[in-house]
Amino acid sequence: MISNEVVRHLQAILPPHSLLLAREDLKPFETDGLTAFRNTPDVVALPETEEQVKQLLAICRETGTPVVFRGAGTGVSGGALPVDGAVLLAMTKFNRILDIDPLARTARVQPGVRNLAISEAAAAYGLYYAPDPSSQIACTIGGNVAENSGGVHCLKYGLTVHNVLSIRVLTIDGEEMVIGSEALDSPGYDLLALMTGSEGMLAVTLEISVKLLPKPERTQVLLAAFDDVEKAGSAVGAIISGGVLPAGLEMMDKLAIEAAEAYAGAGYPLDAMAILLVEVDGTQEEVSEDVMRVRDVLLASGATEVRTARDEAEQKKFWAGRKAAFPAVGRLAPDYYCMDGTIPRKALPAVLKRITELSAEYALPVANVFHAGDGNLHPLILYDANQPDAWEKAERLGADILELCVEHGGTITGEHGVGVEKINQMCVQFGAPELLAFHGVKACFDENALLNPGKAVPTLHRCAEYGAMHVAGGKLPFPELPRF
Amino acid sequence: MQEIIDRIHAAESPLIIRGGGTKNWHGEDTKGEVLDVSSNTGIVSYEPGELVLTARCGTPLAEIEALLAQHRQMLAFEPPHFGSGSTLGGTLACGFSGPRRPYAGSARDFVLGIDVLDGNGQLLKFGGQVIKNVAGYDVSRLMVGALGTLGVLMQASLKVLPKPQSEMTLQFECGEAEALQRMNEWAGKPLPLSASAWLSGVLTIRLSGAESTVQAAHAKLGGEIHDRGAEFWKGLRDHTAAFFQDDVPLWRLSLPSTTPSLNLRGKHFINWGGAERWLKSDASASEIRARAAAHGGHATLHSGDKSADVFHPLPDALMKYHRRLKQQFDPRGILNVGRMYSAF
Repeated sequence: MISNEVVRHLQAILPPHSLLLAREDLKPFETDGLTAFRNTPDVVALPETEEQVKQLLAICRETGTPVVFRGAGTGVSGGALPVDGAVLLAMTKFNRILDIDPLARTARVQPGVRNLAISEAAAAYGLYYAPDPSSQIACTIGGNVAENSGGVHCLKYGLTVHNVLSIRVLTIDGEEMVIGSEALDSPGYDLLALMTGSEGMLAVTLEISVKLLPKPERTQVLLAAFDDVEKAGSAVGAIISGGVLPAGLEMMDKLAIEAAEAYAGAGYPLDAMAILLVEVDGTQEEVSEDVMRVRDVLLASGATEVRTARDEAEQKKFWAGRKAAFPAVGRLAPDYYCMDGTIPRKALPAVLKRITELSAEYALPVANVFHAGDGNLHPLILYDANQPDAWEKAERLGADILELCVEHGGTITGEHGVGVEKINQMCVQFGAPELLAFHGVKACFDENALLNPGKAVPTLHRCAEYGAMHVAGGKLPFPELPRF
Repeated sequence: MQEIIDRIHAAESPLIIRGGGTKNWHGEDTKGEVLDVSSNTGIVSYEPGELVLTARCGTPLAEIEALLAQHRQMLAFEPPHFGSGSTLGGTLACGFSGPRRPYAGSARDFVLGIDVLDGNGQLLKFGGQVIKNVAGYDVSRLMVGALGTLGVLMQASLKVLPKPQSEMTLQFECGEAEALQRMNEWAGKPLPLSASAWLSGVLTIRLSGAESTVQAAHAKLGGEIHDRGAEFWKGLRDHTAAFFQDDVPLWRLSLPSTTPSLNLRGKHFINWGGAERWLKSDASASEIRARAAAHGGHATLHSGDKSADVFHPLPDALMKYHRRLKQQFDPRGILNVGRMYSAF
């Protein structure tokens, strides 16, 4: 519980409407997009000026009070989950687009600006901001920077780290720094890469400059059906090794197709075991050529059917099913748990086969939605939180799936972040030397571990305890550590 | 690798990490024994369908590019070769990218994972071989451009891209201000631009993509076809063009692309759509740095008298975190000490 003294300090710097203390006001902040984890915060601060943020961090520093940053709260790894005894600092009131420079193709914005709002403001100049996480209507750019968010167009246009030019941050020591610049590089270390995706563990962001891209002249979408998941998987590799770099390349399995079709009526073939959605973009000529090439590759890879959208309306319809996949799957069961593993594409058939087996072992259905182009899997585990042990079972199945991804040379998180959710799997992904290096990096910026403590990087003791439960291949991870 | 680890363990004073030795001139002059890492070679894995290549850091760039070319793929950041021995590790340590950079991305953008030996000779593996990966801090990208001050780069995984089917280089006669305006305007339009530069009254651009796309863009933009385009871009990329061949100090100014003409005395070669300006000038370091900083950029002394600092000075707060990171990864102060800033 936060002390009355800290609350008094906060009351001295924030007007009453910027400081939430009543239980009913705090309740909405108990969780982010990962609703399986909840913890009502002690206090929520909603500052309106940078000066207030500076004073708030100074109070936290001087009183040794932890602080957790939050944007729109759409993150799905618990990065903004309140921590006991901490101030929850919501940056949502910093919601102004400060400047758009159409000639330089840059936008300077405050961290609480919504992702989609940037593209909407840039549209007048024929420009847009490329990373498009599925929460883009609500999620904030500050949260995107904290999580290094992706989206469906990452293969061609990159993640947040590839599209941010500079950030102005405030450290817990009270220093304000501009990291990066509106030039294409900066002197010294690439702290911009280090800060992006650091999950609110290193500094708070006050301002962000992003790169804007010209809207492609033309976009086209193909839908291909397969009677076998493995064939769909190899078609993905064939498209890419054939020299086409699609803007989007998505796969859905049978359960996801059925759910999406029932929900959105996108016209998906219900007899297919897998479908691929391939979006190509570029100039008129480029798109015409790429559509022909992709079509040929899909047919040669054994597609039972290939449709090319006749017009923009049909393109939207093709995408509608994919974009509605999560809520659609959500109708199949009271709760679902979304995973975020990434694998080399060639491992797809083996990984999907094993997920099917695991799903049967745990008796929990799994629907697979997959950013196939960049190997990013989103298995959705269906469960009913009202059943005893169901969440624990879903969590264990999720852990098994992530560890399966690591076994196949992949990673536990492609775009959602570690947060509180995948902290145990960090012990599988990394060894003790790397985890110690991460703690060392954290200590460079936040010596007393006040920023978002306990998230993203596990302690070695936690790994030792987790390792005792998960003995992989007869080898105990972290054997050098004492067990207790 | 064991030999390199043993050398780091045994070191009692700073080591100078050296691969192909083609970029010894880059950065501050340093003293120390040479740690030769040039025998750490070999392509570990490459699968064209995955768009990922993994190689040991002493592997020559030329070897990597030749293999990629067999599968019609490329390193899209178009790394410069400052000699035939240029290695992957040296390129990443310097963070060098070529003419395609503003349109395709930089060396660090294409790094997926790096294995590094820290200053205690401990092997650390960051990132991986997949295109999307947000597990842990992005230490592999932190290593790019760190000039070996945070660790010896041992192995790296890179995202690679398909080679464009065709390329065309076009030239337009125009002044500096008009060239800057055109480069920026065109970059905001859906055109298949992959390089743009200006030198002595001539704007040169490169178009890359499907044959039909390149032809259509040529029809739209006009311009004279440069019949030795590939040679032109290589000369700019590797600094073999005539512009770079004299003893006048060479500065690299990195600026917002719309920065107007700098009016600094000397010869100017504009690259990267206006964002990179090569300057041959005997103007003072302080004058050049002040001008670059006034426009939101920075200046690096690429070659010439190093009595001035090579790299743009950092604000105190940033310097504090640089020193802490150096202390974290190289607590004994063994690796390329002083190569970037004299403070570490």
